[in-house]
Amino acid sequence: MNYIDSSLKVVGTRPIRPDGVDKVTGRAVFSADTRASGMLWGKIKRSPHAHARIVSIDTSKAEALPGVRAVLTSKDFPVIASEEAFVGEGPMNFRDLSDNVMARNKVLYEGHALAAVAATSQSIADRALELIEVVYEVLPHVIDVEDAMAENAPVLHADMFTAGVNPKPSKASNIAKVVTFKKGDIDAGFAEAEVIVEGSYTTQPVHQAYIEPHACLATYNPDGQITIHASSQGHFMIRAYTAKLLGIDMANIRVNPAEIGGGFGGKTLIYLEPVAVALSRKAGKSVKMQMTREEVFRGSGPTSGATVTVKLGAKKDGTIVAAQQVLKFQAGAYAGSPIGPGCMCGFAMYDLPNVDVVGYDVVSNRPKVAAYRAPGAPISSFAVECAVDDLAVKLGMDPLTLREKNAAKNGTKTHYGPTHTNIGFEQVLAAVKTHPHWSAPLPAGQGRGLAVGFWFNIGGESSATVHINEDGSVMAATGSPDIGGSRASIGMMVAEVLGVPATRVRTIVADTASIGYTFVTGGSRVTFATGMAATQAAEKVVDELKRRAAQTWDIPVDAVEWKDGMAYPAGSNAGAFEPLDLAALALKQAKTGGPINAEVSVNAQGAGAGFGAHICDVEVDKETGRVEIKRYTAIQDVGKAIHPSYVEGQIQGGAAQGIGWALSEEYIYNAKGLMENPGFLDYRCPVASDVPMIEAVLVEVPNPRHPFGARGVGEVPIVPPMAAISNAIRGAIGLRMPDLPMSPPKVRAAIDAAG
Amino acid sequence: MAKQHVTATINGEESEFLCETQQTMLDVLRDVVGLTGSKEGCASGDCGACSILVDGTLVCSCLMLGVEAQGKSITTIEGIAQGDHLHPIQQKFLEHAALQCGFCTPGLIVATKALLDENPNPTETEARYWLAGNLCRCTGYDKVIRAVMDAAAVMRGEAA
Amino acid sequence: MPKVVLSSGSASNQLTGGVTEFEVEATTFRRLIIELERRFPGLGHQVEESMAIAIDGEIYQDAYSVELRPGSEIVLIPKIGGG
Repeated sequence: MNYIDSSLKVVGTRPIRPDGVDKVTGRAVFSADTRASGMLWGKIKRSPHAHARIVSIDTSKAEALPGVRAVLTSKDFPVIASEEAFVGEGPMNFRDLSDNVMARNKVLYEGHALAAVAATSQSIADRALELIEVVYEVLPHVIDVEDAMAENAPVLHADMFTAGVNPKPSKASNIAKVVTFKKGDIDAGFAEAEVIVEGSYTTQPVHQAYIEPHACLATYNPDGQITIHASSQGHFMIRAYTAKLLGIDMANIRVNPAEIGGGFGGKTLIYLEPVAVALSRKAGKSVKMQMTREEVFRGSGPTSGATVTVKLGAKKDGTIVAAQQVLKFQAGAYAGSPIGPGCMCGFAMYDLPNVDVVGYDVVSNRPKVAAYRAPGAPISSFAVECAVDDLAVKLGMDPLTLREKNAAKNGTKTHYGPTHTNIGFEQVLAAVKTHPHWSAPLPAGQGRGLAVGFWFNIGGESSATVHINEDGSVMAATGSPDIGGSRASIGMMVAEVLGVPATRVRTIVADTASIGYTFVTGGSRVTFATGMAATQAAEKVVDELKRRAAQTWDIPVDAVEWKDGMAYPAGSNAGAFEPLDLAALALKQAKTGGPINAEVSVNAQGAGAGFGAHICDVEVDKETGRVEIKRYTAIQDVGKAIHPSYVEGQIQGGAAQGIGWALSEEYIYNAKGLMENPGFLDYRCPVASDVPMIEAVLVEVPNPRHPFGARGVGEVPIVPPMAAISNAIRGAIGLRMPDLPMSPPKVRAAIDAAG
Repeated sequence: MAKQHVTATINGEESEFLCETQQTMLDVLRDVVGLTGSKEGCASGDCGACSILVDGTLVCSCLMLGVEAQGKSITTIEGIAQGDHLHPIQQKFLEHAALQCGFCTPGLIVATKALLDENPNPTETEARYWLAGNLCRCTGYDKVIRAVMDAAAVMRGEAA
Repeated sequence: MPKVVLSSGSASNQLTGGVTEFEVEATTFRRLIIELERRFPGLGHQVEESMAIAIDGEIYQDAYSVELRPGSEIVLIPKIGGG
């Protein structure tokens, strides 16, 4: 059923979230908040080198330390063949994942795990790590992407032969893959162009910087049954990867989803769980592990840093006739940067006749990258949206007008193949035009920037159950970890279908043994796909409730109507019965056929693409080079906001992360390839005093494929900020800042260089 | 190493615990006393997720030793609500949707309490600078600041 | 017959020897996979395991249930994840 044009009572309101009180009182149980009786503490020994061959590991002294119950290395893990699978948030090679969890022959980055211990206390575990003796043969390393692509660069993987080039190369390199997307005739396009702009841009890897470090508690029973308590963006993902890496049947693993303290893509793969299980198996006790913040920075995935070039050609009237982009993405130590979406997203906002995009997936001696909010798109769009702005300046055209002129519409064929359908980009641009921020006078010395962004959004596999309790209250369960309020939105959709207040529905995240398979919380899919499953489950329950009422009244089921949480006889012909509410029907459930519930699993398709536009005003302190954001507005097509407060929250949070990416966040490596800023003091995420209020404007162009019209909203808002800020800086001081982060030293240097 | 015996008032209750001398107050709260509402985000005093009040002063419990609690009055997130009755700050965080994942929330609420105890009528800028020691990666701070300002108004008796 | 366009970003053109557009006789996704595998060994498997397809503009990560019409445009693209 489709509710897009129905009048809604619950969806679109702002009730208090069901897990709220637990979270404001400190009761919510996150990953590191549980204990098991007799549990041990597990810790990981990590590489101090950026690139080295492991000659030997001697664990005897550590094993002899009183209180140490288990020590393990890669020898305790099965050897896994190179096998690509699409199980988490992108193509995943399990051999690489295994090697990343516990290095086998070489360590490929500082912080790479190579041994682990379990001991009766954290301090004993720490001492045991120091007693593990490793002999390394230090190898030359390479950190930066261009250096890694150079002819004479140290090669990380002897079996890496660039995919995507014909013929297959005979020499190993650090270039894992080349991807190309072409549309039209790029040479003809540039020949036709009257104005051309070109630019080169660099972005730094940035960490997802969830405040909750990775942690887990694992128990291996002598019968082979395993329980894992951990937070993640997918407890089914933890089960699948742990099973694969240890060679264990999934049925023997039960994963209980803890509350998750932020993920943003970074918790769509695993680091600790297989290690904790293996330690527990060896020690015969439960093992708890938690990363320090330093380990999170050194050992877990940021997103790619990159170098990008863009060339645009346009007619004098502003029609863009040629668009070219080359992207070189750092993948970290193993293949798998988000180069594909990077190549697809940069130009997806525009209707372009001639496009040529080439992307490189490049390994270097850094932690393996992990997904981060709209993986690849922010990097690509930073470059494109700066270039589009430069084009506007060169054409003497308003930047909004230029974007309106070239904007993608329904029916626009993208350069990567598909045709845009049911998109709301024009409506977003119209909302920019009418927003007071866009026309507000700009105080002297300030600059205003505009940038737009795109993300596909995804659907996929989700399961949900709806139970009517014996007293008529409602339970809803799904397999989607709740990372930002999805229990609220799922419960609201169920309540809407059942015709009851949101407070009547209690929504939980069920463990891997208690609900059908559900793909990770990522790609902005939960409210869309899991919401679709929950809505359908609620509809099945309504059908059943009508059947029970029909039975009670002894009338045909089609003579029963469901309205406002009650069964009514449909019209006077059906008979004069008092309506039955949920409590009345639940009371009779045994007599009318037993418990009333439904489970629905879907593989949701048709996630509507999302578009956003951000407006940003900045002031630049010419003495210090500090950029201050004075005003920020983020406009986005959200399809339908189920719980508008949490939709706004996604947009505000994504924008703030983008502000950090733009102005302050970066990895600093020394000459030895070691990270020098693995803490929140020196890796500078935005704090409250760094940002202004962020006005989130919700444009609602319904997605016809979702029962309530919802689109994913979490990814798009991190796409535009970097370019919006760079464009605003250009407006303020007349200089293009093409390199992220646009930190005070860089801005000051640019001002000095310009004289 | 012999453990130390410490006596302190925790959330209004006379309490005693044994701890290792090098153990932080955060580890004592989480692993010894069993109060896991204070979170470890960094263990270096940079994220504020472990914020507690020590004799009314806002402290990162990861930067304090457990033995330093001797004779002190400690308030953690678990001591902010009065029984079933949420503190106005907690209520306003809920109403304004000022949390997403909720991991930084205990620290933010404790820090906000310290702010409003000291300055019942902060400007937005004052609130932003006071809370600059509490990292939140989900919300972009917009709704957090709105909740803080609204809670302050309620506590001053100015708003509903 | 539906027309298949291989989005070159998929790095699959190694399997097709550089051919990026062709027509196949298939009315269902299952038949399409079999036909792709027959014409270009490895491609059907790759499409099934690691690619998404866009049929007349709409992206499907999994498309077993989708019917293909004569004249349908089928674009093979990399599968999409997210954060």
